[in-house]
Amino acid sequence: MTTTDLEVAHGGVPAGKEHVYDQEPVLSARNLVITFGRVVGLDGVNLDLYPGEVLAVIGDNGAGKSTLIKCLTGAYVPDSGTVTMNGEPVSFKKPQDARDAGIETVYQQLAVIPALDIASNLYLAREDRRKGPLGSVLRMLDKKGMEKRAGESVQNLGIQTIQNMGQAVETLSGGQRQAVAVARAAAFGSKVVVLDEPTAALGVKESGMVLNMVKQLRDKGLSVILISHNMPHVWEVADRIHIQRLGGRAGVITPETHDMGEGVAIMTGAKKLSEDAP
Amino acid sequence: MTADVTSAAAEFARRQQSPVQRLQHQLHGKPWLSPLFLLIAAFITFFIATPTFLTANSMGILLQQTAVVAALAIGQTLVILTAGIDLSVGAIMVLSMMVMATLAKDDGMPGILALLIGVLLAVAAGFLNGWLVTRINLPPFIVTLGTLSIFTAIALLYSGGSSIQADHLPGLLNFLGEGFGIAGFRVTWGIVVVILMYAVMGFVLSQTAWGRYVYAVGDDPESARLSGVPSKRILLAVYTVAGLIYGIAAWILIGRAGAATPNAAPDANLASITAVVIGGTSLFGGRGRLIGTLIGALIVQTFAFGLSQMGVDQQWRVLATGILVIVAVAIDQWIRKVKS
Repeated sequence: MTTTDLEVAHGGVPAGKEHVYDQEPVLSARNLVITFGRVVGLDGVNLDLYPGEVLAVIGDNGAGKSTLIKCLTGAYVPDSGTVTMNGEPVSFKKPQDARDAGIETVYQQLAVIPALDIASNLYLAREDRRKGPLGSVLRMLDKKGMEKRAGESVQNLGIQTIQNMGQAVETLSGGQRQAVAVARAAAFGSKVVVLDEPTAALGVKESGMVLNMVKQLRDKGLSVILISHNMPHVWEVADRIHIQRLGGRAGVITPETHDMGEGVAIMTGAKKLSEDAP
Repeated sequence: MTADVTSAAAEFARRQQSPVQRLQHQLHGKPWLSPLFLLIAAFITFFIATPTFLTANSMGILLQQTAVVAALAIGQTLVILTAGIDLSVGAIMVLSMMVMATLAKDDGMPGILALLIGVLLAVAAGFLNGWLVTRINLPPFIVTLGTLSIFTAIALLYSGGSSIQADHLPGLLNFLGEGFGIAGFRVTWGIVVVILMYAVMGFVLSQTAWGRYVYAVGDDPESARLSGVPSKRILLAVYTVAGLIYGIAAWILIGRAGAATPNAAPDANLASITAVVIGGTSLFGGRGRLIGTLIGALIVQTFAFGLSQMGVDQQWRVLATGILVIVAVAIDQWIRKVKS
C-alpha cells in the first residue's frame, strides 16, 4: 500500500487480538444523523464496539463526540440511522432504556446531584428498599445497606480519597466527583461503560486512578467507550481509536499502527486515511 | 523545631473555634434548628410581654389559626423543593371549598360525596398546574400566576360571590372544626389531620425513593434525568399531590372558619411561601426539610397572635412578618457560608 504525504494507512485491528474482532460487535451504529435546527450534529456516523475492548473516540471541539455518545446512550434520539446491540436493533428513547440494556454512561457534566450524599447518588434511580413490609408496603429505602454497598463499590475501584458515603457530593473535589460517577457506572454497567472526558478536570494522580479503573473494567470483560482530548491517555489505554471529524467518522486507527501526531493530523484534517476503516 | 510540627493548614484545622463559629457549624448541619430557636425566642418574648399568651386556651387558638397555613405549606414545600413556586395555593383551596359547600347546600348532595368531589377538583387543579409546567414547559411562576386568577374567578362565578354558613352544611364538612379538650387546651380534628399530613409527607420525603427524586429534580433536573430519574413524572406528581393537600386544607378551612366564603384566606399564598422560607427551604430547590416548614408556619402565626394579644395594630403585625422573612433568610445565608 502506498501512502502520500496527505494519507496514512488505515489501522485495522490490534495485532494479536484478531479473535476479538471476529465476534459480533456488542454495540454498533450505522449512518447516525442528528440535527439541531440548521446545525448538523452527526452526519452519517458509523461506530463498532467489540466485546472487551477500549474504544477511544477523539475529535476536535464540535466534531460530534459527545453528540455521538448521547445518541448511543439514549440522551438524544437520532433523526435517522440504526443502533444494534449484539446484532439486535435497539431504539433508546431515554437514558433509562440504554441503562436497562446494560450501557452505563458517565457524562461530561457528571450527572451527580450536589445536594445528595455519595450513597444516594450511586443508587439514584435504582434504590434498594428495605426487606419485608417496610419496603414492599411503606416503600422504605434500605439506607444503611446502600451506604455499605456504595462504600464497597468505591473501595473496589481503589479510590482511597473518599471515606464517608454520607458526605454530600457538593463537598467533594472535582476528581472525587468523577470517581463517584465512574464508580456508579462500574457498579451497574453490565455490557458497556461510556466515559465522556473522564480525566479532563483531574490532576496527574487522579487521572492515573481513572485510567486504572478503565483497564479494570476491560479486564472484567466490559466494553468501554472513552472520549478524551488527552492523547497520551488515549494512547495508553485504548485498543482502537475512532476519529470523529466534522460530524462524521474520519477513520479508525490503533495505537500500534499510528502515533499521536498522525492521530491529531487525521483529527484536524491535515491527513486522511488511505481507505475507510472496515 | 520539634518533629511533630505539621503544616500550617493542619494547624489551622485544629484552631480554636469561637462559640459563634461552633454555633454556625451546628446550625449548618441541622438547618431547622435556627427557626426552632426563633420560635422559642418568640415564645419567651410574648410570655414575658403578655400574661395571657402562654395559657392552654391561647395555645389552642394559636394551633387552630396555624392549621390551614401549615397544611397549605406542605404542598408549597413540595413545589419549592423542585425549584418551583405555587401562587395558586389559596385559589385552589377556596375553589375546592366553595364547590364542596355549594354541592352540599344547593344540590343537597351527601357530605361525603361533596367532600370527595371538592378534593378531586383540587387534585385536578394541581394536575393542571403540573401539566402546564411539564408538558407546555412554562415557568411555574407564570403558570400559577395564571391559574391563581382563573381559579379565583371560577370560585366567585360558581358560588355567585356569596358565603355559605356552617349550619347549612352537613356535619362531615364541619367535622374538622370540632375537637376535644385536654385541660382547657382545645385540639380540633383539623389539627390532628395536619399533624398526620406532616408525618406522612415527612416520611415520604425522607424515607422513600420518590422523596429523594423530589430533591434531585429540584437540585439539578438535567443530572437527575441523565441518572434515570423520571423528572417530568416526578414534577407532575408533585403538583398533583400539592393539589390533594390544598383540597384537604379546604376541608380544614370550612371547619375553622365556620363558613365557606369565596374571599376567605386572602393572604394564604404569601403566608404559605413565608412559612416555607422561614423554615429554611431554599427557593432554588433541592434543599430543605418539611419539619422546618411546620416550625416556619408556627413562627408566622406566633408573631401575629402574640402581637395581637399585646394589642398591637394589624398593620404592625404585617410589618413584623415582613421583617421576619428578611431576617430569617439573612440568617440562613450566613449559616450556608460555614467553613468546614
